[in-house]
Amino acid sequence: MEEAAGESDAARVMGIETEYGITNPDRSGANPILMSSRLVQACRAWAGQSTTRWDYGGEDPLQDQRGMRRSRASATSDMLTDATEYDEAEQAVTLRRRRGSWEDPAHLNAVLANGARFYVDHAHPEYSGPEVTNARDAVLWDRAGDAIALAATVEYEREEDERVALYKNNVDGKGASYGTHENFLIRRDTDFDDVIKYLTPHLVTRQIFTGAGRVGIGQRGEGAGFQMSQRADYMEAEVGLETTLRRPIINTRDEPHAERSRWRRLHVIIGDANCMDIPILLKTGTTALVLAAIEARDTRLGACELREPVSDVQTVSRDLTLRAPFVLASGDKATALQIQRALLEICRTYVASATDAYVITRWESVLDLLDRDIFSAAREVEWVAKLQLLGRMRSKYAPVDERGEVQDLPWDDARLAAADVQWSQLGTGLAARLERAGSFERVVTDEDVAAAMRTAPRDTRARLRGDMVAARPDLLDAAGWSSVVLDRETTHGDLEVVHLDDPLATTHPLLDSLIGG
Amino acid sequence: MPQTHSSSQSHEDDVPDAPAAPTQAANTDALDDLLDEIDGSLQVNAEQFVRSFVQKGGE
Repeated sequence: MEEAAGESDAARVMGIETEYGITNPDRSGANPILMSSRLVQACRAWAGQSTTRWDYGGEDPLQDQRGMRRSRASATSDMLTDATEYDEAEQAVTLRRRRGSWEDPAHLNAVLANGARFYVDHAHPEYSGPEVTNARDAVLWDRAGDAIALAATVEYEREEDERVALYKNNVDGKGASYGTHENFLIRRDTDFDDVIKYLTPHLVTRQIFTGAGRVGIGQRGEGAGFQMSQRADYMEAEVGLETTLRRPIINTRDEPHAERSRWRRLHVIIGDANCMDIPILLKTGTTALVLAAIEARDTRLGACELREPVSDVQTVSRDLTLRAPFVLASGDKATALQIQRALLEICRTYVASATDAYVITRWESVLDLLDRDIFSAAREVEWVAKLQLLGRMRSKYAPVDERGEVQDLPWDDARLAAADVQWSQLGTGLAARLERAGSFERVVTDEDVAAAMRTAPRDTRARLRGDMVAARPDLLDAAGWSSVVLDRETTHGDLEVVHLDDPLATTHPLLDSLIGG
Repeated sequence: MPQTHSSSQSHEDDVPDAPAAPTQAANTDALDDLLDEIDGSLQVNAEQFVRSFVQKGGE
């Protein structure tokens, strides 16, 4: 069954979370948790008054998407405890008692005027971008996060009188990996088995344009070589709840941070951190379109199903020729490019906005470039741009063997590994320098990014969160994805929790009256 | 899913098509400039830098 274009929701709520690598360039072994915590303090200093704490009161418990589906009826009513306290007609607030100062985790969190959360996650600083409704805005607020993190390092170096460096990558080459996660809200009535079956082939093969490039093969980089993806060697299962071990292609954590009866949040952990605009546009934009096809139960998706998706992740990542054949569920074989072209054709049906159309155009052109000659995609595709630079280094530093013959620099040379890491350093990294030299296609301008550091998207509830932080931080106790907690003079004396369960709600009578006043 | 290639396109691995498009030429200059800029620090510090780049797992 195929639905006509426009049938699917034009607005696909999505967002990107980025964990940055962090070092003190002058002192290896410096405590990363302490550095990250000081960086959040520095971010708050950069933000001035325009910041608030994170609301831990609104967190949903861990919930497995598959478990939820089996017992939806009973679980849903149990889970909606917040909603039952909330009087929709009155736009009322839920009262909450004040907590003791010892419970205050403020030093690890900053909610910002652009609707984002900047905080310490494990031993990394993390920027969770605000909810956006399209891929271009995903690029904009992701790049704004890089700019905010960089601004925080400037403040950090002034306050702490020591250097700090941030890296937008996903591996340290010694076995550690940290994530860049995409989140997409999908309709609750979508069969999750369909999501697993039909999104997996896209996540496996989209690496050919989303990969950031990596020197080293294997989780600890034990093999010499170059592959497309930072994350491929860490994907060990098809489906699961984990994000830190036996990482799955499809993650089943189910915290929608939204009305549970309508939405589930798909948490995609396979993606690389990207320093270039086009990969960010395509990883969110193409995935949103494939999800629209899945929600519409498009029967054409079945032709792309893979027989061995987990091992295919690594094969796609390591095949720089793009010619490796993959076995489909039907028994036929197709290359990653062919699977991507088939998905592109299906997704044309689901174009519902100008941004969708732009995504389709860029998607097709990148596939054409990669098909013709991978290096013709060096302005668009990050692993290609990185491979081009490293290839130049391999010639420049080519050693001469005892017979007087020139050899390409071997892939395990430290200079290549160093350049791989330095590629992603915020501010002075190799990718940042090439971007400034005009070597990469842009989707957003530097001026747009500067504005998005201090302004939230206008078309999601992030607008309410961000504008409150910008206009009335004096009235805020905290904010979360689906809550704004007010601390103001009242007769009852308690905190007031304003619930924002609809991610597409952009107005609220009480909050707007406070923002306006 | 048949795949076709136009006859004017070459497929030598790892070798960009010649002649380069203008954008590629510009890219090429930027690459050379960048490699010249980082040459000194890479020659001296690469091994130490790589050894000391240690992160904790995240997520």
